Amino acid sequence: MDAVLDPLSFPFFQRALLASALAGVVCAVVGSYVVLKGLAFIGDAVAHAAFPGVVVAYIVGGPYIIGGGIAAFATAISIGWISRRAHLRVDTAIGVVFAGAFALGIFLYSAIKGFVGDLFGFLVGNVLSIGVDDLVGLLVLAAIVLGVVAVLWKELLYATFDPLGAAASGLPVGGLEYLFLGLVALTIVISLQAVGIILVVAMLVTPAATAQLLTVRFSRLVGLAVLIGAGSAVVGLYLSYWFDVASGATIVLAQSALFLIVLLLGPNSGLLARRRPAVT
Amino acid sequence: MSAPQTRPHEHEPGHQRAHSDVWLSAVTAGYGDRPAIEDVTLALEAGSLVAVVGPNGAGKSTLLKVMAGLLQPWSGRVEVLGGAPGREARRVAYVPQAETVDWAFPVTVGDVVMMGRYPLLGPLRRPGSLDRRHVDEALEKVGMTDHRRTQIGRLSGGQRRRVFLARALAADPALYLLDEPVTGIDATTQDDLMDILVAESGRGRTVVATTHDLATAAQRFGRVAAINRRLIAYGPASLILDPEILSRTYGGHLLVLGNQTVVLDDAHHHDQAGEGEIHYHEESPRR
Repeated sequence: MDAVLDPLSFPFFQRALLASALAGVVCAVVGSYVVLKGLAFIGDAVAHAAFPGVVVAYIVGGPYIIGGGIAAFATAISIGWISRRAHLRVDTAIGVVFAGAFALGIFLYSAIKGFVGDLFGFLVGNVLSIGVDDLVGLLVLAAIVLGVVAVLWKELLYATFDPLGAAASGLPVGGLEYLFLGLVALTIVISLQAVGIILVVAMLVTPAATAQLLTVRFSRLVGLAVLIGAGSAVVGLYLSYWFDVASGATIVLAQSALFLIVLLLGPNSGLLARRRPAVT
Repeated sequence: MSAPQTRPHEHEPGHQRAHSDVWLSAVTAGYGDRPAIEDVTLALEAGSLVAVVGPNGAGKSTLLKVMAGLLQPWSGRVEVLGGAPGREARRVAYVPQAETVDWAFPVTVGDVVMMGRYPLLGPLRRPGSLDRRHVDEALEKVGMTDHRRTQIGRLSGGQRRRVFLARALAADPALYLLDEPVTGIDATTQDDLMDILVAESGRGRTVVATTHDLATAAQRFGRVAAINRRLIAYGPASLILDPEILSRTYGGHLLVLGNQTVVLDDAHHHDQAGEGEIHYHEESPRR
């Protein structure tokens, strides 16, 4: 019991706990749409593309949220633009954009002389070192993302489920698409310090995917994903503290383990599930 | 979109435009660099029940998408409910082909039908009692009240079509644009859904539906537009059973009459369809 309560007396642990749980919640909400839209690859790309922005922010001494946010946002919008304009398959365009942007980040990173341990933390997650300013920034960003989804949840849902039907009856589906990519970018920035660039896609996808195994209603899917996202963030953070390993790894491993358990034992897909005739 | 009018197009059925819900003048549209429909001129009267027929790849879905404002025409002019396509979008209900829907999506029958109300609500507002009443009525009309809480993937093909028609009904639109609403479903469902469409047209709503089934088109619809990239003919529904029009629309293609499938192989007319459009007019179109 002390192992659970003791860390809570440290301010740095309190901040890390709040930051991780926040990332877990926001990722779960936005991730529910990402999974249904089939945008996991875009999420991964935007995360990697945030890296050069984070490095530049480090070099000029600005907040990483701004640097990473601008880079992620620009990438998300340009992927949306390219996929609408260019005669390329979307995944091809994504591959080109995100590898290029990440390479730029690595280039800048390796060009810096001296200690860059802080930056390495952004690759694999090091939420235990998060500062007060950054935490305030995360709270603001999380409020923005959750606020937009609260206002437009049903429009986003309709446009995700049936883009043609939604557009024909007057919803601005193109605008919603760009707006959503912007939300993905912000969500990734929120999660950068908790899980790191390389693993952030798991935060976005795994809780929603786990929830999808458990329910057939969108509202419940979001609720379950939030529980799973926040819960595994807390569990993962403790594991990170106890074993002194990168928080990104432990948080994502907690999510992966939960997914595996639900997959194997869940009511619909699990080994114990009653076999139903297949419905397509 | 609609370019400023310099002079009336020579095919423009100007006298029909005033009381038309859907009006197209010399419309060409397509994807990439391939036109899917060419030079289509058509005026659909308010309250008409129109079947769009033609072989696979004839441009039926494209025509519907142009009317829905989902596809910008390359040339020509379009007016829908008195404005550019999309301007009166909240009074339009479009139902896509069943194949384009993700049936594993985590929504129930009730959720999908409620989506028909979303565009009318606007952001922030949650569905209220009026919206629930529309959804209840729509579910009742299509006979799916008992399946309200069922995830859509668990439904049969006919039930799926019922649900999507209910979504359109829930929006109480002035114009229905339905892509294959009665394709691949059992005869009972087909009859039920056609009864609903006939009733909506009787209430002054305009219904445009693509279909492969010529028997249904001829027997249940008021008017028919036969297309094969170009408009072959537009007129009373019985028109589609005219052998000349049949062969010009379907030359060399499969066609479906009730349960029978027939191959029309008429090399003379193949690829020449649409040289001159045939417009049939009647004093009192059959409903």
